[in-house]
Amino acid sequence: MTHVLDPDALTADTPPRREPPSPYADVTRSESAFRAFLHGLPGVDQVGASSRVAMLGTRSIKTTSKAWAIDTAISMVDLTTLEGADTPGKVRSLAAKARRPDPSDPGCPPVAAVCVYGDLAGIAKEALTGTGINVAAVATAFPSGRASLAVKLADVREAVANGADEIDMVIDRGAFLSGRYLDVYDEIVAVKEACGDAHLKVILETGELVTLDAVRRASWLAMLAGGDFIKTSTGKVSPAATLPVCLVMLEAVRDFRAATGRQVGVKPAGGIRTTKDAIKHLVLVNETAGPDWLTPDWFRLGASSLLNDLLLQRQKLRTGHYSGPDHVSVD
Amino acid sequence: MTLTPPSPAQPAAVFEYAPAPESRSIVDIAPSYGLFIDGEFVDGSGEAMKTVNPATEEVLSEVAVGTDADVDRAVKAARRAFTRVWGPMRPADRGKYLFRIARLLQERAREFAVLESLDNGKPIRESRDVDVPLAAAHFFYHAGWADKLEHAGLGPAPRPLGVAGQVIPWNFPLLMLAWKVAPALATGNTVVLKPAETTPLTALLFAEVCRQADLPPGVVNIVTGAGDTGRAVVEHDDVDKVAFTGSTEVGRSIARAVAGTRKKLTLELGGKAANIVFDDAPIDQAVEGIVQGIFFNQGHVCCAGSRLLVQENVHDEVIAALQRRLGTLRVGDPLDKNTDLGAINSAEQLARIRELSDIGEAEGATRWQPSCELPDRGFWFPPTVFTGVSAAHRIARDEVFGPVLSVLTFRTPDEAIAKANNSTYGLSAGIWSEKGSRILAIADKLRAGVVWANTFNQFDPTSPFGGYKQSGYGREGGRHGLAAYLRSEDQ
Repeated sequence: MTHVLDPDALTADTPPRREPPSPYADVTRSESAFRAFLHGLPGVDQVGASSRVAMLGTRSIKTTSKAWAIDTAISMVDLTTLEGADTPGKVRSLAAKARRPDPSDPGCPPVAAVCVYGDLAGIAKEALTGTGINVAAVATAFPSGRASLAVKLADVREAVANGADEIDMVIDRGAFLSGRYLDVYDEIVAVKEACGDAHLKVILETGELVTLDAVRRASWLAMLAGGDFIKTSTGKVSPAATLPVCLVMLEAVRDFRAATGRQVGVKPAGGIRTTKDAIKHLVLVNETAGPDWLTPDWFRLGASSLLNDLLLQRQKLRTGHYSGPDHVSVD
Repeated sequence: MTLTPPSPAQPAAVFEYAPAPESRSIVDIAPSYGLFIDGEFVDGSGEAMKTVNPATEEVLSEVAVGTDADVDRAVKAARRAFTRVWGPMRPADRGKYLFRIARLLQERAREFAVLESLDNGKPIRESRDVDVPLAAAHFFYHAGWADKLEHAGLGPAPRPLGVAGQVIPWNFPLLMLAWKVAPALATGNTVVLKPAETTPLTALLFAEVCRQADLPPGVVNIVTGAGDTGRAVVEHDDVDKVAFTGSTEVGRSIARAVAGTRKKLTLELGGKAANIVFDDAPIDQAVEGIVQGIFFNQGHVCCAGSRLLVQENVHDEVIAALQRRLGTLRVGDPLDKNTDLGAINSAEQLARIRELSDIGEAEGATRWQPSCELPDRGFWFPPTVFTGVSAAHRIARDEVFGPVLSVLTFRTPDEAIAKANNSTYGLSAGIWSEKGSRILAIADKLRAGVVWANTFNQFDPTSPFGGYKQSGYGREGGRHGLAAYLRSEDQ
């Protein structure tokens, strides 16, 4: 590994590796031990996982439970803009929407966070101070993650300095797919340290991991390394969040808490556009990880266009008729 | 720093699903039904019986009971239709009728699904997503065979047998009708069908579909009633073929009655399937498969995975995961779209499930049931798991035909095979492992008609279904299923 900016990174002077929580403290003692552990996790049958989510997709969520689900989904949204064309004005407008998603109804809950690139985190912070809405910033050479560790850490520190409450990092998929699991682990540990008080969401980019077995291994790897959340996707790779992937990640956080006592959140991101999709995800959370995860502390929906559909459905429930796209604000 | 995101509008509560009942207004249940003979609904000579909704004990309708004389009329009508119309008909034209029936089943799918759930007690999710679509699929599949029988590998010019007498059970009333009627008609036979005593309504709606499809009178005759009516169908002299799905006990008496006659016989009887979970299984999917295996249709499934054989080194993990999963199983109103487990079909069946469960406990197995509220009226039994079951216990040997799982353990593949085969039945089995070579090796040694790998209770009209040993003989579905309704040149 060549580190242009810091040729001495992770050399002999590196402090001892931070151990995962008990009872898994020893699984990172060597590359082969870590590999044996991750490959020893139970496999995932793709067909079975798909049929499980298809069955849960038939759950019929009506009336009061639908109203609850829509409000809960709104409060879980990480309202996101990750475009090269993002400007301070765009971010301020998004922040205003995050505070009052539906200007016509003060009863509408605010979203959980606004998610932007690190350089705009300061603008978002300024616009959201005092609202309780968090600023999430993507970092670590998002979305590809193809940069040296030093560049990635600098990216993280800058975002945190700009006021980010949450950091959405990407894992090194190249290292993961070539079996260098400890490299991925060490990088997450280093990023977590650079985060300081900020919460760390670890993006697995499941569209590049492809198999559900790999998703399960990457989920465990990220949790063992100290990630506060595991997140499906950057939104820049297709497919982004899918229900079977989300199922496997929810099983992972459920099993991880049962084993270690530590609860980790889940964030599907990208591709969730309709209220129906959002409600399917909530049903999946409810019947897989359980109700403990049904709060914005532990489940987020990374999305942009989803919010407007949630608002339209919310208005429909309130008024009994559908309005139209002009009754919600464009982003 | 502790993260303090905004709280949702309402404080985090349990995600309660509001009732989502399917409307029953789509079905029109008549106060009473006659027998469907020669294309007409006629009065039965026996004293009418009542059919109830097992979820509420509400009487749904009165249904005629066919006597020996009624059955004789039905068989005569079937014989006439066979010799004059259906037998001589161009095979492609027979296929057209079957395609028409299949399409009508699809068009009226919601009606059939609601009626099935009302009369049987099964969740609407299953009748809507499994029973009715599969019934239509059986008609579509066999419609395609109607004009291609000489290519089925059953001889150059296979001929129909004549009149088929068919007796079907209450667990999948419409689907079992389709399994019986579709191949019989496709091969050129005519039918006298006796639906189960407790679930006659979808068969009577099917009779209406036959009329809607302009099926010639007498090709399908439906004679409702109880055991005596069934016996009359089976024992009638002019029946050429008997097909029965139901209990092993009744199957045995049918075999006796048919012995020494010219009648061809297929029996699809009970089962006590082993669902084998190896330590390298995809555990989460295996747990789903265990649930699907034994709690699908309240366990009223002859091929239910009622014996869980789990490798000893993953026993605790699997049982803990299974119990956690069963905590989310939704028991209640069959018409609610979110219901997973519906009502037990009859008071009689409920009594049998209770009796065998009590015996299980008395013999020393440990009973576990999730806490779940059961409705006050109707016939209900909570999902039940018995651990610590030995191969000698009755709950490991007798078919419970209810939502009751018996858990046994094994240590080696050989032991798994020995225990799986240690049953008087041999209808189905399941294997859970990520290792393909192991699956093939084990499947080869299991004496069961159907072996599922990393799945359970999946059905398809192209796949033959049937048993070993006391699970019966003959196959239904696929090319093999056609053979049961055909005579080749040399026969």
